[in-house]
Amino acid sequence: MTKCIKNVICTFCGTLCDDLEVDVSDDGKRIEQVRNACAIGAEKYLHVGNPGRVVVPRMRQADGTYKDVSYDEAIDFTAKTLLKAKKPLMYGWSSTNCEAIAEGNILAEKIGGVVDNCATVCHGSSLLAIQDTGVPSCTLGEVKNRADRIIFWGCNPAHAHPRHMSRYSIFPRGFFSAKGQKGRKIICVDCRETDTAKVADHFVRIKQSYDYEVFDALRTLLRGEEIPDEVGGVPREKLQELIDICKGGRFVTLFFGMGLTHTLGRNHNIDAGINFIRDLNDYTKATLIAMRGHYNVTGAGQVLGWQYGYPFACDLSRLTTARHNPGETTSVDLLVRHEVDACMVIASDLAAHFPFEATRRMAHIPTITLDPHICMSTELSDLHIPVAIVGVEVGGCCYRMDNVPIDTRKVIDAPEGVLTDEEVFQRINKRVDEILAEAGCKDAAEYLEYLEKQEA
Amino acid sequence: MDTVTITLKKVPGLYLECESVTPDKFAGKNAEEIAALPCAEGKRNYVLGDWFEIAGAAGATAADTKIVVNGAGTDKCKYIGAWMTAGEVVVNGTADMFTGAWMEGGKLTVKGDVRSFSALQMKGGEFIIEGRAWNYLAAAYRGDWRGMQGGTIRVKGDVGSDLGTFMNGGTIIVEGNADIHIGTHAEGGTIIIKGKAHRRVGGQMVKGEIYVFGGCDVMMPGFKKIEEREIEVDGEKHVFNVFIGDLGERHPKSKGEVVYGHLYTLKE
Ligand code: SF4
Repeated sequence: MTKCIKNVICTFCGTLCDDLEVDVSDDGKRIEQVRNACAIGAEKYLHVGNPGRVVVPRMRQADGTYKDVSYDEAIDFTAKTLLKAKKPLMYGWSSTNCEAIAEGNILAEKIGGVVDNCATVCHGSSLLAIQDTGVPSCTLGEVKNRADRIIFWGCNPAHAHPRHMSRYSIFPRGFFSAKGQKGRKIICVDCRETDTAKVADHFVRIKQSYDYEVFDALRTLLRGEEIPDEVGGVPREKLQELIDICKGGRFVTLFFGMGLTHTLGRNHNIDAGINFIRDLNDYTKATLIAMRGHYNVTGAGQVLGWQYGYPFACDLSRLTTARHNPGETTSVDLLVRHEVDACMVIASDLAAHFPFEATRRMAHIPTITLDPHICMSTELSDLHIPVAIVGVEVGGCCYRMDNVPIDTRKVIDAPEGVLTDEEVFQRINKRVDEILAEAGCKDAAEYLEYLEKQEA
Repeated sequence: MDTVTITLKKVPGLYLECESVTPDKFAGKNAEEIAALPCAEGKRNYVLGDWFEIAGAAGATAADTKIVVNGAGTDKCKYIGAWMTAGEVVVNGTADMFTGAWMEGGKLTVKGDVRSFSALQMKGGEFIIEGRAWNYLAAAYRGDWRGMQGGTIRVKGDVGSDLGTFMNGGTIIVEGNADIHIGTHAEGGTIIIKGKAHRRVGGQMVKGEIYVFGGCDVMMPGFKKIEEREIEVDGEKHVFNVFIGDLGERHPKSKGEVVYGHLYTLKE
């Protein structure tokens, strides 16, 4: 017999679907079947039963091989490595729960580290634009129930957020959108014809890296001023048509992704997009939502925001001040400029996604990776601490892409003895306190001087 | 004017935060007192004497103090001359981020390059960069709406992107070329580029003047040509095409007239 757990929250992508049904074996140890999820979401649950799971920490030896060590040893090594570094980087956070993030950020403050999350190579530029210019936004529930004009700009939910279109943006019938897809006009702006573009009513192909200019042209037209015959490969008439479609709607929502945030100009593209949406509000209701990727990258920003005032790239190396200056305190810059001397990767795969120079630097400095799986980062680390999988083996709070917190749930037990991210951080925090107390130091800065004296 | 010469003894492993290296902090101090001023490398706190050989003594006030920074590794020092209000600083080499940031007066000369975020939100004084400047020169700090507000910057080489973002006063003269986003969101001030500007010049600009001698690779669609006029810029007289913009952005009214940003490109 299996038991069916309903309303499970999928902890894979930022859509954070909350309607999964998971069949679990009687002993609560195995997942038999997953319903309602997309292919990626289902795999997130089904892969857990695959053989080869790491269940004890692994420490790199002098000859390059890994040796199994106890959690106690791993936690002691981590505490000492972070304390000994002048400026350690703690990167990742986007695939764990807010409870663990909060505990981890406290550790960062104690050891004088820089906390940065995946936004740094993703929607960090959107956050910069929001700081510069504000944001007229809404929730996905409002999109489902109200929106009749949807714009996808530089994003491809057909592949990246597979159930986004069916749950919120194109197909669902809502309170004021009873006709579903028939009542909506879908516009896709991209430099290539993606699968999302194929389901759109209007596809506007723009020249790569001309987003800023096209937004400027739209805003200029909206103010009744003249623009050149063609901007970014789009004829003026087409841009005017786009404006007419938007103005004719009751509720416009623009979704944007990496095509805007990580092409030429980055935050400026989003800034221009936000201001276009703001201008549209002179005529109709208009909003925009960032297509956040990992299921809790939004939560990483939220937690860091309420703890230290900044959503990512937060430098706590002065211990008493939080500083935030993307371009300086962002992970890639810190690694490439050799500005950090130790690295901790949490719930993300730094090595798989960063530029080669940054990864190379990470491989050369002491690195600890906290991850349930074996990934590129774990293989370049000095220590790999395995943890329970959030949303599968442990619950916790996560934020959907529209900044709505959702409490995820546990469906099966973690392998015996495996700790959660939160527990690991609690224990590292405790160990750091013990080490500081033993040395009679009030903080990590003093401890560094103490270490130097000891060595001399 | 009394001169203090500070020479790096070794190259910092990470980066040294040198906000003490300004005439304001040095004023009225002898070599020993200067050596006791704080600096930091990551969370490790040091004093300047740990890193620099210090010769000479400062004048009684900032205005009477000149600092010369020497040695290999000045490019690993941040915040040199930041928040300075008077006096003089000369860096014989390249300086890292935040050089001359929030500067309010005095004269700062860097013989090499300056890295990103230099002259951030500068309010006054004179800043000369003999090499090139990286990104965000004279821009606003993250999330702030006030970029450069006064003073003069002259860059002998090229500049990176985001020059003078949110600028609302002062003058920047670039003798080389500029990358993308020049004077974005500007609400005042003057930017003169003697070379070429790449793209996105004056995007979302409300007010202010941008002169580009070598032309823009791509013009913003929100700019409209209104006339041709002879103007004297940085001692040179030329005929310029005069554009107003960014027409996609809001524009305030002054004495019943709408105020625009101006972009000038050399008439061929
Ligand atoms: S769309 Fe995203 S959250 Fe929803 S089931 Fe697929 S992977 Fe999971």
